[in-house]
Amino acid sequence: MTISGSALIIKALKEEGVDTVFGFPGGVVIPLFDALYDEKDIRLVLTRHEQGAVHAADGYARATGKTGVCIVTSGPGATNTVTGLATANFDSVPVVCLSGQVPRNMIGNDAFQEADTVGLTRPVTKHNYIVLDREELGPRIKEAFHIASTGRPGPVLVDIPKDVLVSQGTGSYPRQVNLLGYNPVSKGHSGQIKRAAAACARAKKPLLFIGGGIPIAGAAEEVKIFADKTGFPVISSLMGIGGISCRHPLYLGMLGMHGTYAANMAVSECDLLVGVGVRFDDRATGELDKFAPEARIIHIDIDPATIARNVPVEIPIVGDAKTILQELNTRIEKTAALKPWQDKVKKWKQNFPPTCGLSPDVAADQESPPARLDPGEVLTEVGRIFPDAVVTSEVGQNQMWAALFYPFREPRTWITSGGLGTMGYGFPAALGAQIGRPDLRVVAVSGDGSLQMNIQELATAVQESLPVVVAILNNGYLGMVRQWQEMFYRRRYSGTRLMPDASYGTGEGSGIGYPDFVKIAEAYGALGLRARTMAEVKQVLLQARENKSGPTIIDFQINYEANVWPMVPPGAGLTEMVLEDSHE
Amino acid sequence: MNNNVLSLLVKNHQGVLARISGLLSGRGYNVESFTAGPTTGEGLTRITLVCRGDDTFIDQVKKQLHKIIDVIKVVDLTDRPTVSRELALIKVAVKPGERGELFQIADVFGAAIKDVGIDSVILELTGDSSKIDDMVLLLDRSILELARSGLVSMERGRKNKDKNNRRMENGNN
Repeated sequence: MTISGSALIIKALKEEGVDTVFGFPGGVVIPLFDALYDEKDIRLVLTRHEQGAVHAADGYARATGKTGVCIVTSGPGATNTVTGLATANFDSVPVVCLSGQVPRNMIGNDAFQEADTVGLTRPVTKHNYIVLDREELGPRIKEAFHIASTGRPGPVLVDIPKDVLVSQGTGSYPRQVNLLGYNPVSKGHSGQIKRAAAACARAKKPLLFIGGGIPIAGAAEEVKIFADKTGFPVISSLMGIGGISCRHPLYLGMLGMHGTYAANMAVSECDLLVGVGVRFDDRATGELDKFAPEARIIHIDIDPATIARNVPVEIPIVGDAKTILQELNTRIEKTAALKPWQDKVKKWKQNFPPTCGLSPDVAADQESPPARLDPGEVLTEVGRIFPDAVVTSEVGQNQMWAALFYPFREPRTWITSGGLGTMGYGFPAALGAQIGRPDLRVVAVSGDGSLQMNIQELATAVQESLPVVVAILNNGYLGMVRQWQEMFYRRRYSGTRLMPDASYGTGEGSGIGYPDFVKIAEAYGALGLRARTMAEVKQVLLQARENKSGPTIIDFQINYEANVWPMVPPGAGLTEMVLEDSHE
Repeated sequence: MNNNVLSLLVKNHQGVLARISGLLSGRGYNVESFTAGPTTGEGLTRITLVCRGDDTFIDQVKKQLHKIIDVIKVVDLTDRPTVSRELALIKVAVKPGERGELFQIADVFGAAIKDVGIDSVILELTGDSSKIDDMVLLLDRSILELARSGLVSMERGRKNKDKNNRRMENGNN
């Protein structure tokens, strides 16, 4: 029996267990949208921009561990996916993007809405295909799902000409793939694991450093066992947050440019650093010459290309974090001698928590407007009222504050664009996450800058009745760049101020900000709330908690010039942190 | 910093050369030469790459090449006994009465004379890259046109046939 290409795609999606697709239609993909029209088992979510569709598929994938799927049209539809694909690629997120293409006989003719999609997306995907033969459609889609979800996961794009979607062909979808050059390693080298265990037993000041590989591999339980068994203090990268509960007594928080004092000091003093599912990114290490100067480094990662790329590694182990930790956990034991080290790091943790205050000279400035909310206090309250949320973030100060102040306890509850640093990611990703995890509330921590990069997705959230809570930390600036300008460019806020003068300080209309996010929410049919005091913060969060029928947008009016502390200046080592009360 | 020779076995899928050259340029790797051609395995292509860099750099190049799904095998031939050859076509300006000296030089280098025109001659020279460099240097001023194939290289001794060889030399994807 022969079926159309579109019908085969529907069959493929069902066999791959896909229950939701995010998409935006256009001329050449109408046949595929038409096939979805009758499909009761697959929810079609119409986003308002293709970038939103990819980010939503990505958020769905990060929240659930399943592969996210999006469908876009040719030309501008496909080019609009580039940022989303690059975001997913950088953070190892399994996404399959199906893009329409002009009919085969028109490819290369500069046809309407034609783009070289495979060429454009090649460097930002794990792999991509164009299907030029109807009989190859099934195998290519099968391979796409396989490649996206195995090894180091990543996005795969399949570009499908319109005439392939409508032409008849085989109705069978392959069960297996045949990929000669693709055999990801999962099991680690046993000899290396033994060497690692021996190094762990000898260390006096050891540290476990977990990254995004932990939630991806589902290895949070193994991390806990390792920490409990060895007594090693634990730090995480931005992406590793949730890989261990923040309540764990040995957890010191995130390291890096805006890492905690304890994590940055511990990594700088440790004599053994066990990195699992991390890639020693520059924002995590600071100046490489000054990174972990005392430490022997064990590096466990599924991607051989990340190992020993930035730091010298004594014991490299290639493979899956979960499998390797399981084996390592059978070979390690508690070392009594670690107590002095543990006491030392705990003291750091206790004495130097992260803060968000104004710089002393800014606070003393006569022209500075009166105090508004402290973002750290706002997020702590968010954590009290939504203790079991999935939290997404945008990029910048809101991202660092969310990472530092929300009490994360479970893997896959922290969703952020770590590698590419994509503003406009968090809100659409929250919609995907909410669809993937209807049992949990999703809080999209946002900034007044980032949210406006994909604010159109409010329509999607309302249409799909998604009870996402958008917490805008509204400071009227592109805050992270502003903080750099404050610290390194003499407070010259070039191109970072988001409000007209009337909305600033004590002037007319102040205290609302710009734009009026409450009115925007209401225009879309969402609940819009505003908070200026901590009493209001609590009240609006409780109101948001009760609003389960659709999105709530909360405008938290935070200090205009709030900062993220600590901060390691670019080019400095991790111990050269600037703290709120330590810099001139 | 020295020249490193990598031999790649790749699936001859649409765009595979663009994938490889895109990776090299996108990551800022400098390539001295790049040759590609079909091999005995069905749908397989052999690529010989020459690039300059230290060991850490070459290690990273190899690992990144491995991550390309269509790359089946990456072999580093740099420190192995190999046969390495490059072919050059050299068009030399020479007047009818002066060909004798050129033919003598060609003879010394083992270059074949492939075309004789009124005032030019095309030589074909095969050898390792330094031999070609030497001849180019010698004929420098009279060269009208030069086309070099880039290096092809093969390890000495018996090896598995391309079509059966699934072994990965350098880790995995």
